[in-house]
Amino acid sequence: MQIMKRSGGIALLATGLAAAIGLTAGMANAADKVVMAVPTFLTGAGAPAFGVPARNGAEVIIEAINKGTLPAPYDKSGKGLAGRQIQAVIYDESGGGVKQVAEFRNKVQKQGVDLFVGYISSGTCAAITPVAEELKMLTIFPICGTPRIFEEINTNPKYVFRTMGHATADGVAEAHYVKANMADVKGYTGINQNYAWGQDSWRDFDLAMKQLMPSVPASDKAQWPKIFSGQYGAEISALMLSKEPLVHSSLWGGDLEAFIFQGSARGLFRKKKLLFSVADTSVYRLGKKVPTGVILGARGPYGIFAANVDTPLNNWFRKVYIDRYSVPPVGGSYQAAQGVLAAKFAYDKAAAANGGKFPSKDQVIAALEGATYQGIAAEVHMNRSNGHQAATIHQIGILEWDKDAGEPIMTNVTTFPADCVMPPPGVNGTEWLKGGMKGAKC
Amino acid sequence: MLTLIAILVDGLIYSSYLFMVAVGLTVIFGVMKILNVTHGSFYAFGAYMSATLVGIYYQTDLPEFGGFLVIFGAALIVGVFFGVILERGLLRFLYHRDEHIIVLATFAMFLVLEDVLLMIWGTDPYYATEPMGLLGFIDIEVLSYDVYRLSFIALAVVVGLGLWLGLTRTKWGKVLLAVIFDREISQAMGVNVTVVFLVTFVIGSILGALGGAYIAPTISVSPGIGVEVIVLAFAVVVIGGMGSIPGAMIGSLLVGISRAAAVHQFPEIELFVIYAIMAAVLAFRPEGLFAPAQARKI
Repeated sequence: MQIMKRSGGIALLATGLAAAIGLTAGMANAADKVVMAVPTFLTGAGAPAFGVPARNGAEVIIEAINKGTLPAPYDKSGKGLAGRQIQAVIYDESGGGVKQVAEFRNKVQKQGVDLFVGYISSGTCAAITPVAEELKMLTIFPICGTPRIFEEINTNPKYVFRTMGHATADGVAEAHYVKANMADVKGYTGINQNYAWGQDSWRDFDLAMKQLMPSVPASDKAQWPKIFSGQYGAEISALMLSKEPLVHSSLWGGDLEAFIFQGSARGLFRKKKLLFSVADTSVYRLGKKVPTGVILGARGPYGIFAANVDTPLNNWFRKVYIDRYSVPPVGGSYQAAQGVLAAKFAYDKAAAANGGKFPSKDQVIAALEGATYQGIAAEVHMNRSNGHQAATIHQIGILEWDKDAGEPIMTNVTTFPADCVMPPPGVNGTEWLKGGMKGAKC
Repeated sequence: MLTLIAILVDGLIYSSYLFMVAVGLTVIFGVMKILNVTHGSFYAFGAYMSATLVGIYYQTDLPEFGGFLVIFGAALIVGVFFGVILERGLLRFLYHRDEHIIVLATFAMFLVLEDVLLMIWGTDPYYATEPMGLLGFIDIEVLSYDVYRLSFIALAVVVGLGLWLGLTRTKWGKVLLAVIFDREISQAMGVNVTVVFLVTFVIGSILGALGGAYIAPTISVSPGIGVEVIVLAFAVVVIGGMGSIPGAMIGSLLVGISRAAAVHQFPEIELFVIYAIMAAVLAFRPEGLFAPAQARKI
């Protein structure tokens, strides 16, 4: 018995030593790499529409960066970020702001993460922003849409960046599109989820419409279903009874799909013109189930809008993505990839300015602030909010079904310059809308 | 007038949906005094199983309306499988423990089953819209209603009536009522409470799964649907009185009609209505509208 105890003690000691050696080796290994945390929805309702496509997009780009196989304009930039391989830590964003803040601190303080590229929910981004600044952690938000990040929560960011336009751009582009294509529209109503994203989307579209088409009345009975409610019977009846012919909706994911199924079964899409601001997340998945003729956006030039962008980078991205995942990349895939590319661009640029040596965090931040870099589908201009907020072109079009190709396509697409749909630098989006969108260059 | 009709029809459809997702929860609580959080998983598994089997069914040349049998079959498979496994494998070891421990155990199982669901079906959504398309729609002036969603009302009536007849007109129902009234005396009188608990739990599980299976053709069956439903089901059960089937019916009607009225007249408060009703009921009748009387033992 005594011998067994001693053996057990030795085994325990050996295990401890092995673990310690392994840990030391791991840390030494990590010093040669850039540890990139990629939080995204891997479970829950946000996973199918945004989370998993975002993870897939990030994985494709990270792998190519590490192998040095990115096409032009990144084909001469070598492997990794400034020569160091990316060690990606992909984890689940589910659980809400409090949990994510705790996880953020854990990743920074205990796991030695060098930068974050992720977060999809506007709520999570809002919770993370002050913590990232407090911990001085380089954090790139590639997807979340609320304008409040740099307009209210932190108006003078140093460590937080967002690499796509915010929700104001969606509303303005949609209103411009309606004005150009439905000049005689008699009124508009909406169905948007009753939380930050839905409320912001409707507010910005409504404010933009009031400026661009002041004589067109908005309904006072726009619908506000609970997020993830899944049942829209009463809302569809209310929309059918409303006299406004145009319906604005920023529903996404399962909510959008349930609304489409229930609305189609009742003929809603024959009676009303629908404008979906983020429906690109579902068009490939649903195929012919999506009603054709609806006005559709993808929060920028992403997903289905990028299907025919003929550049080496986009052609390569779509091919690798489709070969690997058997579905075309959607908005979230493009946006996440665009966020990772921002890191690639910034690290390489900072290293070049540092005489080829690996750059410090401050040098990386300085390299990204105010820069213009090539995203997968379009150029990204980091020229808002002290160079921390991106602006890109925006596109809106009509969804149709291509019988020959057997897939959905966008028709009658209008491309809006970034300076047409995003508020000018230093200007609050809501104030800009209320003030008549002064300085917009359309 | 048309708005009034819309409120009534929409309210009845939504009430039926609420009743279908809440009745299994209330049956289990009524007999076993277990607040079964796993109910959300039964709903989700029912929906996934239904979407999967219906999808497979419509790839064959079998008669189109057979898809409805597949929906009920899916609910039966899920309900019996999980009902038996959970009751025999977990709950029976906890009956002598505090009620709070049992709630926590069912919550733990709910979390486990959410991950099992992801392991089986992944994160991609599943669709099974074919049965909804089969039944067509009815026009009431500018309003159109699809018959499939109208059939929620018929299903809720059949389920409610079936439970009521089963409880009040059968020997088995009377045994069940005896257990509800006093578990210990029933046992002393020779009632096999173990079997009653197992059968009740399986019935509750089937009802939970049926809610998910029947609603599946109208939604995108995707991760997280069980979480949303369990919150709604709890609200309805609390309003009606925990363990009361008529309470679940009245609670569903109250919430369904009020919500429909809010959507048509004051859409901004739609989210608020269900919880406002719950708060009002709890303020004036903390035990719910139709909570069965509790005998106090001395």
